[in-house]
Formats: sequence, structure tokens, C-alpha cells
Amino acid sequence: MTIKNDDYIFDIEGLNVRYETEDGTVYAVNGLDLKLGYKKTLGLVGETGAGKTTTALAMLRLVPSPPGVVDCKKLEICGQDIRALSAQKLEEVRGKDISMIFQDPMTALNPVFRVVDQIAESLEIHEHLSRSDAQEKAKELLEMVGISRSRANEFAHQFSGGMKQRVVIAIALACNPKLIIADEPTTALDVTIQAQVLDLMKDLKEKHDTSMIMITHDLGIVAEVCDEVAVMYTGRVVEQGTLEDIFERTMHPYTEGLFNSLPNIADRQAMLKPIRGLMPDPTEQPKGCPFASRCDYASPECESEHPVLRYVSDTHKVACSAYDRQPDFLLERRKTR
Amino acid sequence: MTDALLDVRGLKKYFETSHGLLHAVDDVSFSIERGKTLGLVGESGCGKSTTGRAILRLIEPTAGEVLFEGVDVVKLGSGAMRKMRKNMQIIFQDPFSSLDPRKTINQIIAEPIKENRIITDKVALEKRVLELMETVGLAERLINTYPHELDGGRRQRIGIARALAMEPKFIICDEPVSALDVSIQAQILNLLKQLQERLGLTYIFITHDLSVVNHFSDDIAVMYLGQIVEKASAEEHFNNPLHPYTKALLSAIPIPDLRNKRQRITLKGEITSPVNLPDACRFAKRCNECVEQCTKGIPPLKEISKGHFVACFKY
Amino acid sequence: MTAEKIETTQPESTELASKKYHKRSAFVAIWNRLKKNKGAILGLFILIIVTLLAIFAPVIYSYETDVIEQNVTNRLKPPSAEHWCGTDDLGRDILARIVFGARYSLAIGVVSVIISLIFGVTFGAAAGYVGGAFEDVIMRITDIFSSIPSILMAIAIVSALGKSTFNLMVAVGVSSTPTFVRVARAAVLSVRGEEYVESARAIGMRDWKIILVHILPNCVSQIIVQATLRVAQAIIASAGLSFLGLGVPAPAPEWGSMLSAGRAYIRNSSYLTIFPGLAIMITVLSLNLIGDGLRDAIDPKLKR
Repeated sequence: MTIKNDDYIFDIEGLNVRYETEDGTVYAVNGLDLKLGYKKTLGLVGETGAGKTTTALAMLRLVPSPPGVVDCKKLEICGQDIRALSAQKLEEVRGKDISMIFQDPMTALNPVFRVVDQIAESLEIHEHLSRSDAQEKAKELLEMVGISRSRANEFAHQFSGGMKQRVVIAIALACNPKLIIADEPTTALDVTIQAQVLDLMKDLKEKHDTSMIMITHDLGIVAEVCDEVAVMYTGRVVEQGTLEDIFERTMHPYTEGLFNSLPNIADRQAMLKPIRGLMPDPTEQPKGCPFASRCDYASPECESEHPVLRYVSDTHKVACSAYDRQPDFLLERRKTR
Repeated sequence: MTDALLDVRGLKKYFETSHGLLHAVDDVSFSIERGKTLGLVGESGCGKSTTGRAILRLIEPTAGEVLFEGVDVVKLGSGAMRKMRKNMQIIFQDPFSSLDPRKTINQIIAEPIKENRIITDKVALEKRVLELMETVGLAERLINTYPHELDGGRRQRIGIARALAMEPKFIICDEPVSALDVSIQAQILNLLKQLQERLGLTYIFITHDLSVVNHFSDDIAVMYLGQIVEKASAEEHFNNPLHPYTKALLSAIPIPDLRNKRQRITLKGEITSPVNLPDACRFAKRCNECVEQCTKGIPPLKEISKGHFVACFKY
Repeated sequence: MTAEKIETTQPESTELASKKYHKRSAFVAIWNRLKKNKGAILGLFILIIVTLLAIFAPVIYSYETDVIEQNVTNRLKPPSAEHWCGTDDLGRDILARIVFGARYSLAIGVVSVIISLIFGVTFGAAAGYVGGAFEDVIMRITDIFSSIPSILMAIAIVSALGKSTFNLMVAVGVSSTPTFVRVARAAVLSVRGEEYVESARAIGMRDWKIILVHILPNCVSQIIVQATLRVAQAIIASAGLSFLGLGVPAPAPEWGSMLSAGRAYIRNSSYLTIFPGLAIMITVLSLNLIGDGLRDAIDPKLKR
């Protein structure tokens, strides 16, 4: 496969984000490399504090500064160097090429504007539509996400949580973005509503040929909607690959730990195997592998050498030095599969 | 009758709102055997948390009986109720708001013991606190820390230690793990399970997460708009769900497994608020299998097979 | 056992483990943040000086000879090496009167705020916790009280009770009570819904004890901030009342009454009014700086 830059919707290399606070420096993202092909959905998986949301904010240059400090070797989205954009151009890119869906639909909508106006607003700004055209298009978008036209003139507080998230999705889709970054879009919703919203997002993505980053902590959601997965831990990608790579050919002990922590719906007697210990303090940069202290497979070398994220197959990358030392190293999960 | 520790009969809790009467809990009955876990599942607004709080009388129930070892808790006077509380405790969802930020771990765990004058001697009290901390896996050196210095998992352990302090027989776990990360969630679930085996505790496990409840419970009751629509053993619940809502709920869980795909049943619409309810099946509007009869009356909770109850006209 | 490793070092039977480990109080954290606020530290510095002056005033000056004894030959002397701030129309040293006046102003400020704290917090906390009709009644009464301009109300109270320092304190205290009712109620309401309050009820704690042990300590920070700012307000209000002749009776050197007395000479001997005015301003400013600093230190989220 020849790799040309236009093969990717985005291409990030060496992203570092740290927050310099009164209580010390928090290293949120540490040397992150990430890219994604067109029309694909990437699941960005990890626990609280893994740096998922910070990565997304850094992609849009939305990390608050101070206290945030961002540096990056390469940050290209849709072929544009985001780092070099002027503030005005950046605004355009944010609304038009990339849009973001946040976790909490309650705070993403402005309570004093009608729902239809909030969608029309971005159409007026980015698509230069007239007011009436924008309103009409906005109503079409509402219908597309399953909200009847007759409710277009209502305010956000008159909508339920699931409907608000639909409105947020409609706003995100308004300008046919090339990339959608969805940050835990269904975490605040009930399961049956979550199922509706996920189905909707899947359909719309296919219809509009959009690429998507789905930030989530739920491996179930990843299995439902994503093509590729990147597992994050302490601001680094520890394993990345296709859905099959991650679920069927798991290689990183942390990924395995995540799977083992989940109650298995098919086998209710199985005991949960949690990852022991806690995530390390983000104000300290570990010398060796950041997961070593919680890892069941760790050897003394893991404490001192920093594992590099490297390819183990065409699509599959893992950052674990056990594979360097023992070529036949295999996780427990792989043995039973 | 089996050895039921807790027997809830016709529990109701209505709230007056400006729009009308809100039926938060509407005629809920169930019983739990000693040492077992009942999972109470449902989506937000289905009344599962209100049910838990009404059982403990943190909210006064509108009607119904809560028999704890044969004593109706609802009828107890305030003094007797205070004594009764030693037997019934609760673990809260949010490990960030359920602990007083101005108290140290020592004070938080010791409070129920001091308040009920179980141990009055200072040295003995502290020994008991340390014992409880060890039971839930908290290091001794944390005794003087404040909750905000700790992470969610440790805070939830404090909440559990506090609930255990008075040696209750029965604990309501109100979404104890939904605010935690998966790896920490598994640690807490395992801890709760070990404690149950060791201390013979009886649990009501309230949650919206079906995979957790499936793992954790012996029996499962599914609630919808203030009523139990289906109740069965966990095994039966997952292998043979009968109520259309249960089926949809089960099929909606995203499963982290590529080989085990299920056919999803998508529900239309959303949960409505239980205000001024019509005299019909509450699920009828969203139900894929709704027939005319469903809009004409409330289906009773019927025993279909041994221990499997369903409230649906289909059966 | 649990996944987490337990570090078990069994406590010695004689030593309590709780004594072994250092306790980091929330107040230390607040102080550490407050330390970084230059304005607040300046305010604190000024306030400490003013307070020390007030306390040691009798050491520096004699009340009988410097502060109230009239000396007509010395009247209306501009600032000089002998009288740094000049003398007033009755020949008294203005600086001495300002230093002694600090005792009155600070005392009135602090005592009146304590009066309004006692009433305000009691009613406000009760209203917030009990709710329902009780809350409605209290809040409507508060509304009525706060709809009367506070200076008018203070005037009415002083006129009714008679002119004395204590009555002035009561008047200023009562007129700022509604603020505290509101602040306390809002604080209690925000804390009442927290799960740890419910948790206290679940272990069988009585309501009054829950208010004392769990609710009020968590409201204290908000109330302290308000109280600091209100002391400044009270000093201004008492100065205003004294200016109107309803305050501390002569010849006691209250800053407001000094202003009032100096008013007639403002054209030719402006130092009669400038220095007491400055004293009021600096004290009030320092309290406001402290209050704002405290608010930021207690809730760092509000900043930025």
C-alpha cells in the first residue's frame, strides 16, 4: 500500500499536551501518533484521564491555554495543516470540515434560542444561506434525525435527553462535515435511546461519507460502530488496529485487562478479573512502560524501558516490549480464543 | 413461604407536581431471600432509585408495606425507625457527593458507630474503623485523608465501609459502580460479592446496566414507569425474556464481542414521564407487539412459569 | 482478597493510628491559595495593622487627654510634626481620634455582623432545610425587610431604641440580616441535596444534628466570605448613621461622626474630613480585598 498524505482524513504525529497547574504539570497526552483513512470510524477507547478528550480538543486547537501547552510535529486534517491556520480560517474549518458532538447534550444547546435557529445559525455562517433557506434546511435536518418539523420552534428544555442529542447531531451534520468527533455521545443516555442514537449515527455516517472519531469507554459501542480502534492509556496509544485486530487478536495487556473487567453477558458465572491498582499519577512521567505497575505480564525490564508503538501486522500496532523480548509471547485471552 | 428477609407489598410513592400526580413508584411488590441479591433494572425515571429510598424511608412512601423480618418498617415510629436503620443500609451512586468533604475517612466510617453508640471507647472505635478499612481494601495510612484526595474507586470503598459499619443485614446498592471506570468497576463488584459471601448480606442492586446486573444478581426485576414489568431469576431473565420491553432492553446493550451479534429490537419513542397516566399498559406506546387490549387496561403481574412473573397481556 | 494491595501494619495497642498520619486540613489548602493573592495579603496586612492600632490605642494615646479633652487654643491646626493629621475644631488631635475611632468602627462592624449572622443563618438554614410553608413565610418576611432601604431601617431602629453604640450595632445588624438569610438558605439548599446528607439520615442521625454536623460546616466558606464583605458594609453604614447624628454619642471619636463634625470646615480645614475619610476607605478596602481573595481561594473554580 502506498501511503500518500491524502489517504488520510487526519494525520497526527508526536502530539504532546500538558496542563501546567498550580499543583504541578499534568501530562495529558504524550507523543501520540494517530491517523485514519477516509470514511472510516475510529474508536478512541480508554478510561478517565487517558487523554481521549484532550486529544480531540488538541485536534481542533481547543485546548484552553493557559493552563494547556500543546506541541505537535504534524497535525493535518483534510489535508490542511491545522497548526498553521489563522484564527479566522480555523473557525471555518471547525464548523464546516470538522464538527464535534459532546457528551452532555444539555449543556451543548443554548437554552434561549429555538432549536431550529441553533441549527440554522451554522448554516448561515458557513454555507452562506439566506435566513429562510437555512431555516428550511434546518427543518430537513431535524426530520433526518427523527424529530418532526412541528417541534422545530421549541426550546431545548422542552426536549428529552435523547432528542437533545439528536439536535446536537443535526447541528454537527448541518454543513456536511468531513470529520465528526463524537466525545462519549451516548454516555448520558439510556440504553434503548443509546441504541437509537447509535443506529442513527451509523446510518448518517454512511449516507454522507463522513469519517468519525468515536471517543468512548465502552467496548460494546466500539464493536457496534467502529472500523478501527485505538486504545489509550496515560496519554499514549498502547494498541491500535482494526476491530478484528483488537477484539480477536488482542496484544496489549491493558486491552486484555479492559475486556476482562467487563461482565460477560453470555457467561454470568465468570468471575471478573479487574486490572489491579490505579492509573499512575499524571503529574509524573514514568521511566518505563506506564502500565508496568498494573501489568500481570510485566518483567523487570518493563520498569525501565519505554515501549515503542510499532507495527506487528499491516494494520495492527502495539506498544509492548514483551513482544521484542519473546517473539512467541501470547496473552491469556489469545490462548482461549 | 420461604425465608424472605425483605417483603415489599404494594409500595407506592406519588409526588405532587405542577403538571399533576407523578407516579414514581406505583404498586411495586417483591420479596428477597436472605443472602440473595435482587437486581432492580430500568432506565432513568423508571422509579428504581425511588423504590430503594422508599424502602429505607429516606423518602416516605405514599402507601404499601415493607416487611423486614416480618416487621413493617413503614409503620415504625421515629425512634424505632432509627434502631431499624442499623439493619438496612445504602451505598450511593456518586462517590463524589456521598461523602462529606469536610470529614476525614476516619470520621466518615466512625460516624454511624458513634451515632448509634455501638462502640463508645475511643481506642476500640478506631480499631473497628481500621478493621473496616481493611475489609474494603483501604490502606491504613489513608485514615486521615479527605475524600477529595482520593480517586473514585477508593471513595466508593469508603462508602461501602460506612455502610458496613453497623453490621447491617441488608444493603441497597444504588448504582454503586456506574460512576466508575470499567477496571475499577470490576474491583468494586468483586468486593461487594466477596462481602456478601463472607457476611451473608442481602442486596438490592439498582442499576441501568444490564450486563452488570446479570453478573451480580440472583433475581432480576425490570421496572418501567414505576411498575415491575417482569421478574425472574437472572438465568431465566437472560435466556428467556418474555416482556417486549425486557427483550428490547436486552437487545440494546452493545456487546463487546464480534462473534456474538444479536438482532437488535429498536424501540420507538422515549420513556415518558409518569404523570397523569392513562388506564393502560404503560409500555403500549413504545411496544412493537402492542394490540388493542393493551390500551384498555393495566396488565397484571402474572406468574407464567415457576418464579417468572410478567405483566403483559400476551401471556 | 481485593485487587488492591493492603498495607497492613497493625497499630500498636497504645498508639492510635489516627495520630500517626498527618492530617491535611482544608483550611491549609485555602490559606495556601490565599497566600498567592497579592491583593488579599495586602488587605490582610492593612487590617492587622488597623486592628493592632485599635487594640493598643490606649498605649499610644491617652483617651482622657488626647482624644476627648478640648483645647481651644490648639483648634484647627493643620498637620504638623506635633499633630500628624492636625487638630479639629475643639483642638483635639485628629490622629489620636482616628486611632481610637478604629475601636468603634471595627467593633460596630464585627458585632453588627455577628448579630445579623446569628439571626440570618438560623432562619436561613432552617428555611433551606425544612422547606415548604415555613420557608415561604421566612423568605417573604425577608423580602419585606429587604425592600426597606437599609439606612432608613437603621434610622428607624435607632430612633426607636435611642442613641447608643449598642443600638447602632443592632440597627446595622438587623438591616443586613436579610442578606445572610438569603446566603445561608442558598448555601443550605445547595448542600441539602447532596448524597452525604441522605447518607447521614440513613444511619439514623437526627435532623438538627445533620444541620450542625454536615450542612453548616459545608456552608461556612460561603458565609465567611459574605461576612467579611458585610463587615465593610457595616462600617460604612455605621459611619453614615453617625454622620447623620444617630450613631455613637459625642464625644466618642467615631469616624462617621468625625466626618460629620468636620463637614463645616471642609473649605478651609479639609484635613478634618480627609483623614477620617481615608481611614474608612482603607479599612473597607482591606476588608473587601480579603473577602474577594477568600472567595477565590475557597472556590478556585470561580476564578478565570
